[in-house]
Amino acid sequence: MDMLWIVPVLPLAGFLILCVTEGKLPKVVVACIGAGSVGLSAVVATLVGWEFVASGSTSYSQVLWTWMVVGDFDVSVSLYLDYLALVMVGVITGVGFLIHLYATGYMWEEEGYSRFFAYMNLFVFAMLLLVLGDSLLLLFLGWEGVGLCSYLLIGFFHKDPENGYAARKAFVVTRVGDTALILGLFLLFRELGTLDIQQSLEGARTAWPEGSTMNTAIALLLLGGAIGKSAQAPLQTWLPDAMAGPTPVSALIHAATMVTAGVYLIARMQDLYLLSETATWCVAVVGLVTLFIASFTALMQSDIKRVLAFSTMSQIGYMFFALGVGAWSAAIFHLMTHAFFKALLFLASGSVILALHHEQDMFKMGGLWRKLPIPFWSMFIGSAALVALPLTSGFVSKDAILLTAAHSESFGMTFWAFAAGAAFMTSLYTVRMMYLTFFGETKTEPHDKSRANMWLPLLVLSALSIGGGWLGFTVLATLFGDKGVHFELHLKEFVAIATMCIPLLGVLVGYLIFATNVVDRKKISDSPFGKSVGRFWFVGWGFDWIYDTLVVKPFRWFARVNKSDAVDFVFRFTTLVARIFHNLLTVSQNGRLRWYALTMFSGLLFVLIVVALI
Amino acid sequence: MIDGAGAIPLEHVIWFAITLFLIGVVGILIRRNVIFILLSLELMMNAAAVVFIAAGAFHDQADGQVMFMFILALAAAEVAVALGLVVQLSRRFKTLDIDAVSEMTG
Amino acid sequence: MVYWLFLVSCGIAIFAALMAITRLNASHALIYLVITLLALAVVFFLLGAPFAAALQIVIYAGAIVVLFLFVVMMLNLGRRSVERERQWLLPGIWVIPSILAGGLFIVLGIALIGAENQAMIEGEMIGPRRVGAAMIGPYVLGVELAGILLLAGLVGAYHLGRRYLDERRER
Repeated sequence: MDMLWIVPVLPLAGFLILCVTEGKLPKVVVACIGAGSVGLSAVVATLVGWEFVASGSTSYSQVLWTWMVVGDFDVSVSLYLDYLALVMVGVITGVGFLIHLYATGYMWEEEGYSRFFAYMNLFVFAMLLLVLGDSLLLLFLGWEGVGLCSYLLIGFFHKDPENGYAARKAFVVTRVGDTALILGLFLLFRELGTLDIQQSLEGARTAWPEGSTMNTAIALLLLGGAIGKSAQAPLQTWLPDAMAGPTPVSALIHAATMVTAGVYLIARMQDLYLLSETATWCVAVVGLVTLFIASFTALMQSDIKRVLAFSTMSQIGYMFFALGVGAWSAAIFHLMTHAFFKALLFLASGSVILALHHEQDMFKMGGLWRKLPIPFWSMFIGSAALVALPLTSGFVSKDAILLTAAHSESFGMTFWAFAAGAAFMTSLYTVRMMYLTFFGETKTEPHDKSRANMWLPLLVLSALSIGGGWLGFTVLATLFGDKGVHFELHLKEFVAIATMCIPLLGVLVGYLIFATNVVDRKKISDSPFGKSVGRFWFVGWGFDWIYDTLVVKPFRWFARVNKSDAVDFVFRFTTLVARIFHNLLTVSQNGRLRWYALTMFSGLLFVLIVVALI
Repeated sequence: MIDGAGAIPLEHVIWFAITLFLIGVVGILIRRNVIFILLSLELMMNAAAVVFIAAGAFHDQADGQVMFMFILALAAAEVAVALGLVVQLSRRFKTLDIDAVSEMTG
Repeated sequence: MVYWLFLVSCGIAIFAALMAITRLNASHALIYLVITLLALAVVFFLLGAPFAAALQIVIYAGAIVVLFLFVVMMLNLGRRSVERERQWLLPGIWVIPSILAGGLFIVLGIALIGAENQAMIEGEMIGPRRVGAAMIGPYVLGVELAGILLLAGLVGAYHLGRRYLDERRER
């Protein structure tokens, strides 16, 4: 376990090497360094994890050095490993490595190959810091680090200004959440005097009674940060635009790891939420609302990556929902399975996109299932996991969430019904996506360019999408047993069966709507009501419009009105005074030596008079 | 010739030094010719030297004369550099008027 | 006797100094400066500093002022420059410097009278031996610094005195 520090250091080393060589290395070497550092990190993480599980302890912390000492406030750079962190580290390094491997092929013909892997490695490092950091300060460092990498990678194809715009949008919107987060940290530090995670949780347990205002405020502020990072309502608008980045980036950052950081944060600060019913309720509602909005929006998208983006949003909504209803381990479990199948979906769609020469519009695809067998079957398996068909990993995790929700006393069946409805919608849009992409008539001829390094990750992730659930569930349930909720199967029969059947029903309905002519789609979408609703869903329930009207436009108006900057007058006055004195003194600076001598002696006389008078 | 009883009041020496110094000041201020300005500077330095020597004599110490040595060295170095400047000045501006080089305005 | 000698020397020095700063011809002014310096040498001697008096004559009057004279002759200031000096030295130019000097004189004089120091200088001779001992004793660092200063002056003068400093660059 002493090797824990090596896990984050390896990607950092990769980043530094790629950084200082300025892209002068040959591509093969770049690929080896970029993917290899994360791969080695995954190996080390496996060893450490194995040792950790074998040791039977519940946590292990490694103090590296003291970061800063201010008075009696000291922050040490230390790593903290428990099962939650272990799951996250496994996902980051494991899935991360597969995505890196895939990217070595996907990005082969792009400019800035080395730069890409430098950013990716930096991202992995920052993400590992986020999940392994023992103090909230270190967590925040990683939190901002991943935000930075997200920004850099969304705008990776920087020659198109649209991408830069998307990157800025992502950065600014998440910044709103980050502000809430840092306020929460300030408040926490002021109240408890520490930013060490374990100490602050301990302090919260002893210092605050259940439902105290301060606790709720801090929990809600932290939730604000989580919302921004995880693209939950109402700060979800950046994620669809973030799809401007290369597809491996979407897979790694905007599906598997970074966007789940919010889930991790809440799970990490679990005790704060356990003490506050309001905060927990908020978490659940945020998740549910996002889940709902996103799944309807996904139904109307034409860009395959945007469908997946909204799907990611809704799946993270599930995780928040799970956290809110108390299904802590189920949430983390869903995080893990989601990382598998969503990464798979993204990578498979990336292969499709690459084969179609960067065509992302689903309406221009179709009939690809024979021509692109590996992407098709990967996508098929990923979709099955996404809609939670039985026997897939998604089924296990989503079922766990829904059943816990149904059993939860404070939330009950209403929440369950909403979540189940959203699951139905998930099936619908997934079927639509699969049908439009792979069936029907061929509209664009594909050129399969994938090599072994691209289909190998697809195979592994497919296997994990199916088997990962069973493998993980047994492990996780025991590991989280002491903290999470037990899944005893004394369920209401109806709920259990309904939960299992809803996805199947959704798939059936979807099949009827999209693949057959049983329902006349044209008629619905062309009717005035259908049109307006479709439009409304397409733009993501108008959140962008709301922000544009409420924030961007007033800000622009204000900026235009205040072009001469009223505040600046104060400072301009200072410069004015300085300038007047400057001009006065300039007159005296006339270069005439005798004038200088005269002033000098006058000064002497003045000083002598003053001295004589005193 | 040197009879100890015929001593000189320190105060008078200082009056003399002040007068000499002020003559130097006036000289600097009224003349435009660089040579005269340098000359006035020499007068001022000598006034300082008088005070040093008088103080050294009053305290019966050699320090005053050591300071005079330093003044001497300073004057020598100063005159060497300043006369070099004077030569350059007359070469470039064809004049010794100090106001001709007032280009260093702020 | 000594006191009278002192007063006479002072008078000569002040008179010569006044003459020096008012001359129109630079050579005449320098001769007056030499007279001032020689009178000062007498004052030094009367104050009991024979070594300083000797150096005053040898180095100041002998070397430094001669350097001045060399330069003045080199520049060949003729009648035209005397004429120009006359134009520069208008009566009006005296006003402010005189007021200033008078002010300084009054202030310093007040300070001097206020001190009420009736101290007398006995005029004990402090010979070259004691001065030399002090110079290589406690003042050795200062002497070295003075040496460096002289070297810097030498280098500076050499640099500034180069004849075709700018002509060469122009060519």
